[in-house]
Amino acid sequence: MTVAAEGSPPLRMAGLRRSPLLQSEAVQGFALISPTFVYALILLVLPILVVIAHSFWTQNYLTIDHTFTLENYRIALTEPIYRDLLWRSLYISLTVSLLTVALAYPIAYFISFHGGRHKSLWLFLITIPFWTSYLLRVMSWKVILGYNGVLNSGLMGLGIIDEPSTALLYNSSAVIITLTHAWATFAILPIFVSLEKVDRTLVEAATDLGDGPLRSFLRVTLPLSAPGVISAALIVMIPTVGDYVTPKLVGGKDGVMIANAIQAQFGKASNWPLGAALSVTTMIIVSLIAGATVLVIRALQRLAR
Amino acid sequence: MTAIRRFLPGWLSSYAVLYLLFLYLPVIFLPIFSINTAATPKFPLSGVTLHWYEDLPRTPALIDATWNSLIVGVSASILSTVLGILAARSITRYRYPGRRAVNGLIMAPLVLPEVIVAISMLLVMLQLGLSLSLFTVVLGHVLVCIPYSMTVLTSGFEGFDRSLEEASADLGESAFGTFRRVTLPMVAPAIISSLLVCFTISLDEFIIAFFLTGTEATLPIYIWGQLRFAAKLPGVLALGTLLLFASFVLMTIAEILRRRAARRTQNEGGLYA
Repeated sequence: MTVAAEGSPPLRMAGLRRSPLLQSEAVQGFALISPTFVYALILLVLPILVVIAHSFWTQNYLTIDHTFTLENYRIALTEPIYRDLLWRSLYISLTVSLLTVALAYPIAYFISFHGGRHKSLWLFLITIPFWTSYLLRVMSWKVILGYNGVLNSGLMGLGIIDEPSTALLYNSSAVIITLTHAWATFAILPIFVSLEKVDRTLVEAATDLGDGPLRSFLRVTLPLSAPGVISAALIVMIPTVGDYVTPKLVGGKDGVMIANAIQAQFGKASNWPLGAALSVTTMIIVSLIAGATVLVIRALQRLAR
Repeated sequence: MTAIRRFLPGWLSSYAVLYLLFLYLPVIFLPIFSINTAATPKFPLSGVTLHWYEDLPRTPALIDATWNSLIVGVSASILSTVLGILAARSITRYRYPGRRAVNGLIMAPLVLPEVIVAISMLLVMLQLGLSLSLFTVVLGHVLVCIPYSMTVLTSGFEGFDRSLEEASADLGESAFGTFRRVTLPMVAPAIISSLLVCFTISLDEFIIAFFLTGTEATLPIYIWGQLRFAAKLPGVLALGTLLLFASFVLMTIAEILRRRAARRTQNEGGLYA
């Protein structure tokens, strides 16, 4: 999805001085984008600011007390239930992004280097399942992993197990499997784009200079595709930490994640400020971890060279 | 070494096929169990029936949900495509400071947890005194559709040869005439593709609709409500199959149009090459 943004031609500002032409171009361009920009400001930036404001207030039965307090953050960070949910959500989203990227890389590599004439067909085949309803895909995993589900009846039919296993559904592994499946496409596309940009002559040069296929892959192709790996990891990690549907449908008691707690605060529990503080905390922590991931991948990239 | 090289694509392609199976298998179970006579989804199938499909048009709540989804989908796709056209045109045609930052903000809903986006909008709408309805769902869907619309449209607008427009202006066309007779035909496939993509997203979107709707349910919300009852599962599977099919058809058309748009704008010969 970053494809379009990255593919645009580089800014040609350098050569141009502040001529009237440039000014009018800037004004025109900005005027053209402003409706969309304002829309995003009103429905994205303003709401997030309102959430941040709420996180410092207190719920007083039906009204909200607007005095500044950090109490919600104390609860979000120290109450065992929220702390556990946060850790579990982070653990699940990290595992899912690692798995998704690891499983997606060979596919992206295959399509980019060996896809030949069928490149766009492969890409299309991979994106199709992604366009089907997310809710339905989660539901099909429930059908597969359930007590009377496909996997259990299949394994019993093959005589591998005698009675249906309850270990498949309603736990965090079920959540991890489902999310890994749901986010596959999002990981493949950015990696594919960065692999397409790898200069093939560099790989040839490495081979000519005596590197084996594995060595030239590890020292040339892999480090050069690091930007794709970074965006794939982030694009999976940040949204999955706040996933609501999957834990609710296949997670059971042990697979509940932070989004379910956030929803509860805005629903039944009706404590908006606490829900807001939980949202802000989740966003900050996941951004920190995302930042750390970027640094780690960059460090590995430098090491590989 | 050459052995490895010859071996590797073989391994990779079998992995690719396995991966495709992993991607498609779960989705394929929906249609399979939707024609099963038994309500529990397990093998072997107890018999084949279209009974569950026949029941669908006889469910008033489902008909309402379908209409709601269509209204939301059509409004959201038109609005987000209009906003997407403005933004994509601005991004691909003009260079100005802050262009990347604005683009980043518009694309941000793509990488934010949906629940957080949804509850933030919910808070603001309640504060503004908007009552929750299909209208608020449309507002939310437009926000999440714009990034996809932008992606489709920028790939269609990019490489769009500006000299064609200049030529048209030089030959005496008015600005509107140039737009209608030169620009529009070139980008029409991308625009239709964006409409289809946004419609599909809105049709399948659950979280935002779940938080922002009042009493009216869209199709995913209807499905969510039905999921609580095990006996209703086959009906849900049948409905799900129809939705899958609709998404598949819409996306295939969208992809064909998007490619045609990309080809049109990139060909040297322009429109009729």
